Amino acid sequence: MLKILNLESGYGKLRVLKGVSLHVSPGEIVTIIGANGAGKSTLLNTISGLIRPMSGEIVFDDKQTGGLGVERIVGLGCTLVPERRQIFNTLSVKDNLVLGGYLRWSKQGAEAKQDLDYIMGLFPILKEREKQLAGTLSGGEQQMLALGRALMTKPKILMMDEPSLGIAPIIVKEIFRSLTKLREGGLTVLLVEQNARASLGIADRGYVIETGNIILEGTSEELLNNQDVQRAYLGKDYERINE
Amino acid sequence: MESNIVLQYILSGITQGSIYAIVAIGFNIIYNTTGIINFAQGEFLVLGSMIAISLASFLPLALAVLIACLATTLVGAALELVFIRGLKKWSPVRVVTLFLLIFIIPFRSGLFDGFPFLANMVFCVLIAAPIAAGIEFLFKRFVKSTSNVLRMIIITIGISILMREVMLHVWDEKNRALPFFTGNEVSSIDIFGAMISPQVLWVLGVSAVIVVGLNLFFKFTLIGKAMLACSDNKTAASLCGINVKWMVTLSFMISAGIGALAGCVTSPLTQTQYNMGSTLAIKGFAVAVLGGLGNSTGAVVAGLMLGVLEAFAISIMPNAYIEAISIVILLVILFFKPSGLFGSAEASRLKEF
Ligand SMILES: Nc1ncnc2c1ncn2[C@@H]1O[C@H](COP(=O)(O)OP(=O)(O)OP(=O)(O)O)[C@@H](O)[C@H]1O
Ligand SMILES: [Mg+2]
Repeated sequence: MLKILNLESGYGKLRVLKGVSLHVSPGEIVTIIGANGAGKSTLLNTISGLIRPMSGEIVFDDKQTGGLGVERIVGLGCTLVPERRQIFNTLSVKDNLVLGGYLRWSKQGAEAKQDLDYIMGLFPILKEREKQLAGTLSGGEQQMLALGRALMTKPKILMMDEPSLGIAPIIVKEIFRSLTKLREGGLTVLLVEQNARASLGIADRGYVIETGNIILEGTSEELLNNQDVQRAYLGKDYERINE
Repeated sequence: MESNIVLQYILSGITQGSIYAIVAIGFNIIYNTTGIINFAQGEFLVLGSMIAISLASFLPLALAVLIACLATTLVGAALELVFIRGLKKWSPVRVVTLFLLIFIIPFRSGLFDGFPFLANMVFCVLIAAPIAAGIEFLFKRFVKSTSNVLRMIIITIGISILMREVMLHVWDEKNRALPFFTGNEVSSIDIFGAMISPQVLWVLGVSAVIVVGLNLFFKFTLIGKAMLACSDNKTAASLCGINVKWMVTLSFMISAGIGALAGCVTSPLTQTQYNMGSTLAIKGFAVAVLGGLGNSTGAVVAGLMLGVLEAFAISIMPNAYIEAISIVILLVILFFKPSGLFGSAEASRLKEF
């Protein structure tokens, strides 16, 4: 579904990703974990088209998407829920969702309407608040909205950048549960998290990224049991967090 | 004052004010999608009415106005594509455009008319080519050295100067006017003792249609919402599949189009001269700031306020001071309440910029 080969990317002259390779198969949940500044967001932003890659290949659905515009990549079915949510603060909750389906209303209007209802069923709070300005939602509600808006693009692969950032654990759980549910419906997910415990909990496989390089990959099981991962990303008192 | 005179002042103030409001709304549309203040907005009004005046000499009035609005819309799109979107890259199209625009000036003004045609052309080219190349060079230097929004605003000032010069050479400095849409310059309607030209009703009607139409457009159409989304958060808009660049072009087109329409309906009353755009832009800008930048309802209220204020001021002040009213208002607002009278505190807190 998504294959990345020797990807290099960054900002101006600064090279952040130094040759990243990874792949995501249909129906998988794959997570990328790494410390602050490792390049996780840079990776997702490059895949989604917000940043142009410097070199390397990005192949999505057998098409080379490196260097295409964001709108094109979204149209192909590869959608990002960006870091810090980036919802439309000054528009209503409903309009945020409607705009998620921007490319679909003219051609698949009926289907988009169904998806809108489905998403409001998945997160009933969004239905309740549909007329409210999105900027006045709580952090957790905004994250649900950002996820809902991304789902409205009808992605084949959904990328999420730190959905747990600044959100109460109980809401994180709800969001992760909805991801598992969506995966059962056929969605593929690429999830970036600092909260490695939580993301390895729902993922099939994972990659560990450090200063722009993938240093480790494996099934969630393997990574959870790996000593380096335990020390660096799960914390010493890993058992207690595990609670 | 007698009541019918008061009414007369109010009506003329409202008429003038609704034009200010339309100019301010033109500012707002572009500001909302880009964060730029487009100082060429006044020139769109002038260009629209000038084209309509020329066409009206051989076409029915309605058709002339329609074509003028469409043509101005296209000019808006072209200016955006060449000067705003293509800003970052070296652009042959821009150099050629600049060259042609500058070429017209010595050519039309007859600077070398004593020479044979070919020599005349060659001299004009010799003047225009280095100037166009020089502007392009400075442009590129400038692009590297200043912040995005400020740079684009300065470029719109450049566009307005350029448009004014070109219009001077295409049409000359004479006052022109479209014919009255209904009746003529002496026909008038009695409204509670105040005599007004039927054209005033046209101005008010068209302004109202523009304001209501735009509100419906932004509230209820997908494209309208997408434009609002761009003004709220460009990154997020592109992640929804919205082509932000085209939305910016579209905002220039809409602003140019409604500007041209406003220019056409007012032309019979105020006449049209190539250089009236800058005054309109200053007043429209004062109104936009007074109403809260980006806020179209605020623009209407502020526009009517300024129009009526000026109308009454005419009876007590010399004409020269009238023009200063808007500047004074602008400065006072910028110093004491930059969010404008009607700038919603809540919405502006939620805005990114
Ligand atoms: N817009 C930018 N311009 C220049 N450098 C940037 C920019 N964004 C990020 N960087 C740099 O790129 C590096 C990687 O940043 P990135 O945001 O990808 O890290 P991250 O893994 O997502 O970190 P976090 O967990 O804090 O979100 C950092 O050193 C950062 O300073
Ligand atoms: Mg990040």
